[in-house]
Formats: sequence, C-alpha cells, structure tokens
Amino acid sequence: MDSALLVDRLHFAFTVTFHYLFPQLTMGLAPLIVVLKSLAIWKKDENYNAAARFWAKIFGINFVIGVVTGIPMEFQFGTNWSHFSRLAGGVIGQTLAMEGMFAFFLESAFLGLFLYGEKRLSQWAHWGTAVAVFLGSWLSGYFIIATDAWMQHPVGYSRAADGSFQLTSFWQLLLNPWAGWQYAHNMSGALVTGSFVMASIGAFYLLSRKHVEHGRMFVRVGVIAACIASIFQLFPTGDQQGRMVATHQPVTLAGMEALFQGQPGAPLVIIGQPNVQERKLDNPIILPKMLSFLTYRRWNANVQGLDQFPQQVWPENIPLLYYSYHIMVGLGTIFIAIMVISVLLLWRRKLYDARAMLWVLLLSLPFPYIANTAGWMTAEIGRQPWLIYGLMMTREGYSPRVSAGNGLFTLLGFMGMYTVLGILFLFLVRREIEQGPVWMAEKIEPMRRVAAAD
Amino acid sequence: METLWYIVVALMLATYVVLDGFDLGAGIICLIVSRTPAERKAVLHTIGPVWDGNEVWLLAAGGTLYFAFPLLYASSFSGFYLPLMMVLWLLMLRAIGIELRNHVPSPVWQGFFDVVFSLSSVLLAIFFGAALGNVIRGVPLAADGYFFEPLWTNWRVGAQNGILDWYTVLAGVVALVALTMHGTLYVIRKTEAPVSTRARRIALVVWPVLLVVTLLSLGATMYARPGVLDNYHAHPIGLLIPLAVAAALGMILHGSLSQKERLAFAGSTLYLAAMLVGAAFALYPNVLPASTDPAYRLTIYNTAAAHYGLTIGIIWWVLGMVLALGYFFFIYRMFRGKVKVEAEGEGY
Repeated sequence: MDSALLVDRLHFAFTVTFHYLFPQLTMGLAPLIVVLKSLAIWKKDENYNAAARFWAKIFGINFVIGVVTGIPMEFQFGTNWSHFSRLAGGVIGQTLAMEGMFAFFLESAFLGLFLYGEKRLSQWAHWGTAVAVFLGSWLSGYFIIATDAWMQHPVGYSRAADGSFQLTSFWQLLLNPWAGWQYAHNMSGALVTGSFVMASIGAFYLLSRKHVEHGRMFVRVGVIAACIASIFQLFPTGDQQGRMVATHQPVTLAGMEALFQGQPGAPLVIIGQPNVQERKLDNPIILPKMLSFLTYRRWNANVQGLDQFPQQVWPENIPLLYYSYHIMVGLGTIFIAIMVISVLLLWRRKLYDARAMLWVLLLSLPFPYIANTAGWMTAEIGRQPWLIYGLMMTREGYSPRVSAGNGLFTLLGFMGMYTVLGILFLFLVRREIEQGPVWMAEKIEPMRRVAAAD
Repeated sequence: METLWYIVVALMLATYVVLDGFDLGAGIICLIVSRTPAERKAVLHTIGPVWDGNEVWLLAAGGTLYFAFPLLYASSFSGFYLPLMMVLWLLMLRAIGIELRNHVPSPVWQGFFDVVFSLSSVLLAIFFGAALGNVIRGVPLAADGYFFEPLWTNWRVGAQNGILDWYTVLAGVVALVALTMHGTLYVIRKTEAPVSTRARRIALVVWPVLLVVTLLSLGATMYARPGVLDNYHAHPIGLLIPLAVAAALGMILHGSLSQKERLAFAGSTLYLAAMLVGAAFALYPNVLPASTDPAYRLTIYNTAAAHYGLTIGIIWWVLGMVLALGYFFFIYRMFRGKVKVEAEGEGY
C-alpha cells in the first residue's frame, strides 16, 4: 500500500474515532435531559431540575470536546481526501453544508441559552432550549449519516465525463433508504451510551452513598431508557441494517461473518477466528442455519460466501471486520441481558439495594463506547476497498500532493492534542461527578454575568 | 449561477470575519485591557455567549464552499495543508481556552487558559490574513488543479512561492491590526470604565497603525499582482469599495475621538467588510490565481458543481439562512447591553 494512502486512512480513522466518543454522549444525553426537564414540569419536582442541571454540565464539557474534535473532520475531506472531495463534493457537499446551515447554527445558538439561561428564562422557555439543543444534535447526526449512507449505497447521482459525481435527485440523496435504518441504529446506539452513562453514575452514587436521592433517579431513568434502547438496537434497527448490508453489500456480510464458502442453511458464528490464508474459521462455535434465517427468514436460504466474489472486492481486512462486528453484536446482546435484569429488579423494587447489580451497572460504563466504535468500524471497514461503494476505490481518493511525511506529522500532532483533550475531559467530568447535582438556590446569577462561566 | 454562489460564499466568509473578528480581537487585547481577574472575566464575558455561534459561520461557509466549488475546496485545502492543520489546532486551543477556564476556580488554571486563549487568537488573526494573502497573490497550481505550498521558500512573490513571503506576512499583519481594532471597539461597546477607558486608549494607538498598514497593503497588492485593478477599470462602480474603506477609517477615528461607540464599531465592521468585498471583487471570476502558468488558474467556472445541485442548494440555503439570522437576532438581543465587572469570587 502506498504509504501516503495508509497515513491518510489512519489520520481519518484516528480523528473520527476519537471524535465520535463525544457526539454519541451528546446525542444520547440530549433526549434524556429533555425527559428530566419534562418530568420536572410534570411532577413539579425540583429534584429533576437539579438533575437536569447536573447533566447539562457534563453535556457542556462533552459538547466542547465534541465541537473542537469535529471541526477537523470537515477540513479533512479537503486536506487529506482532496481527490474524493473534488469528484464527490457536488453530492456529499450538499449534506455537509446543510449540517452547518440547519444543525450547527441551531445547536450553537441555543446551547448557551440552555446551559446558562435557566434563571432568565421561564421554565417552559428553558425546556424549549433543551428541545432545540436535542433537535440540533439529532439533525446534525442525520446529515452525517446521510453523507455516509451515500458512500455506502450511492443514489441520486450521475457521473460526468471527467469522473465527477453530480447530484440528480436531492430527495433520493436525503431519503436514501440506507440512511433511514443506519440513522435509527446509530441514534439508538447513542442513546445506549447516554443511558448507560446515566445509570452508571447513579450506581456510583448509590454504592458510595452520596447524593443517594439523585443516584436512584439516575439509575431509574438510565435503566429504563437503556433497556428500551438496547432492545431497539437489536430489533428492528440492527436486524434491518443487517438485511440492508445483505442486499446491497453481500460480500461485506460474508466478510463480517467470515463465511468463506457460500451455502444454503449458513450457520451463525458465535466465536471463532477467521483464517484468511486457509479460507476457514478456526475453533468455531456455531448456531447451525441461523445466519440464513436471520438474513432471509428461511432456514435453508442460500447465503453468498466470499468464494463467490473476486478477491479484489473482498473487504481488505477480514479479521478486523469480523472481530469488530462480533464485538458489537456480543456486547449488544450482553447489554440487553443486563438491562432486562435491571428493569425486573427495579420493578420488584430491589434494584437500589442490589449491590452486585449496581456494580455491574457501574462497570458497564466503557462498553457502550466500545460497542459504538466497533459498530462504526464494521460499517467503514466493511465498505473497503471502496470509498464510494462500487464506484470509487479508497486508493483513488486521497490527496495526491500531501506527502506521507506531512500526513504523519499532523497525525502525531492530533494524537498529542487529543491526549491532552482526553485528560482535560476526564479531569473536569470527575470534578462535576464529585460535586454532584446542585440546587437552584446556590450561586445562580443573572445570565449575562455568568454567561461564559461555569 | 456560479456568480451567485461566489457572492454567497464571499458574504458568508465576510460575515465570519466580522463576527468572529471581534472575538479574536477581544482575545488579542484581553490580557492588556484588564488588570484584575474580575476585569478579565468581564472581557471574556463580552464574547462568551456568542463566540461559538460566530465560529459556526466559518464551518457553514466551508461547507457551502465544499458543495458549490468542490475542486476549489479540494485544491486549496490540500495545497494549504500545513497551515490549515495549524489553524485547526489553534481553533481547538482557543475554544478550550475560553470554555474550560471557568470550570476550576484557581488563578493558575485560569491564568494558563487565558494565555492559551489570547495567544491562539493572535496567531489565528495572522494566519487568516496570510491565507487571504496567498489567495490574492496566487499559488503554484499545476495542470491537474492541485498544488502544495511549503511553509516558506525565498520570501519572494515569484513562481516558487511558499505560504509565507513578504506579501503574505504583510497581509497577516494587516489582519492582526484590523482585528485588534475591531475587537477593541467591541470591548469598548460592551464594557464600562475602567476597562473601556483602557480600551479607548488602545483604539487611539491602533488607528494610525491601521491606516499605515492599509495603505501599505494596497501598494503591495498592486506590486505583487499587477492585474489586480483590472476589474476596477472594467467596472468603475467598484471604486466605491476603496471609498467605503476610507469612510470606514474616518468613522472609526471620529467615533473613537468623540466617544461614539456604535459609530466606531460600525466603522470597523464596514472596514472589514469593504476590504474583503474589495478583494473578492478584484479576484472575480478567479478564485485561486496561478503563480505558475495563468492558464492553470481556478475560476468559479472550472471548479463549480453541476447546475442541478447549485439550483436546489439555493432553496435550502435561503431557508437555513433565514433560520440562522433569526437565532442570531434572538441571541444578540438576549445578551445586549454592557457586561459589569463583578467583585472577586462572584459569578462562578
């Protein structure tokens, strides 16, 4: 592989992976904060407002890191992937520009009001700013998903003589069927992260016997939301996303499952190591015929294997694809188990005293992040060797004039910068968790003064 | 159609410079204009609620550039690779400088982030000016529409130019001085004595410097790009632009001397807008002149996306712009008026 190509790929992979650690919490917490604000109004309970204020602080810190790591993403299309941008900008530039116009303006305008305007606004107006921030962040997600969906499943375009892609149908681009399911799957994934984080911090408070009242609230709201989101993640969104892959990218599905030989009644692999040299799976534990059923709803349906495709269109890194996919699915299944048990305990009024279960909730915190990351790796590694599926190879898209050395230099720069950002984030969030939810009476000043504060 | 989008992108960039310009300017002077921690906090509060929204104009303009002129976006972003990456890092440092400072009530923590914030504001102003200088001077484009500029070569404006030469450094200085002026006038408007008194003194020192570098940059541009006045000869109406610059400088001086804060700030706004419109007017229809062979230059015609996309874009762009202007009107109304300096320890 050309080393500039490798560096540009790592550059994007590293910056986008780090970046997405933050928006997934932003998008996951935003609706939960709206829920807390709504409960506060509905039940006239100031405890919920204090909770919303606490999560707004975490949200604010998280949002800053999300924004500053997000700006390089838009730049990198031009800096490191200029040939791709040159050819595809007429199509995906639409959705990326719309993200700026419709989502970023909305988010940035109302975030300040939401974070610092509680005293100056009426409670309904403040609720409205929370909704506006929620809409802005979810709209932003849609435009990004629509962009990625076009690269996964290009629609509504034509190709000019010079090879560039031109938009021919705005609505096909915006309502790409791939984008619909991918969006639903991705957003419920974000909600899994948000609700697990909430439940985990609630469990931390209960186990350490601090802020117990709020600890219970966080566990209650977090566990219910996480249970719904985890199930929704598997069915229908994950299931439909998988069938979308089976229909439009059958070779990707074969790579995800490491199905080297196509066969009727294909098995579902639970555990096993793909051995690409020998075209087989080492140490497999399988469920017979399950893959055929899940994909086509028939036990003996034929599932295409890697042997039915020329090797140059195989996903380049089958082990990595296979492991990412299996980690995502495995964790997703465990999430459902954890949350169904938690909801049952909550229903029987035993959860707040079930120390073992609270420990499980506490320690589950990093795993939604891993699952979301593994999910995106499945999507993007699965698309390889294509940059735009079936139309343009990844090796055709990078910047011809940016040398590997320059790319490596800036990649190292980002690594250093992001290490510092990560440490700052953890340091500041730890302080907020230590302090816990604060009541309104304390230190809330008219907005103009505290506007940039906190 | 291409011309329309050229105007749209130019106006969005000008809006960015005017709005984020005073954030950068306030950042440039924030360490000088304030003596106590409470005063510094007041200066930062003047931009605290709005700076993030202002920065979005850069992203929105970048996105619009990407979709309307894909080749220009691809060529310039990869060609200016190193300085753009530095701009990204500076934007990050500025954001964490202002956003994270108030999370920890410690003088060391806040002092550190204030220096990070101010220094990154200074460097961003210089980088943006140098970037504009590069676009006006032209870059070493090859036949395939791409180029790569080293950071500097021989500091001359010939064919083998780097990002930095005497001309682009001058452009960086002009931007630094102009944004200092703009930010100072903004701080005067938004603060009370003694901060505003100090800012007034800074304004009166900066004004003659701004006058000198503006004249210098005009002369230098005519030397570096001999054809720069062609559009002005062809369409004399363009001569209104330099008149507007002169009027703006007059407004700043008059407003500063007679303590008419709004007039002075309107003057620096007009100054920035007129300078940028003047550059856009001179470049049109070129968007990236070539310092190698003039035939390799990028124009709005050879970089634009196809017509269907540009037409449909107008619809959502207008819709999005109406919404965005609505939010901005609302936010600036919410935060109108002066920021007071508070006693130590309050307001956290």
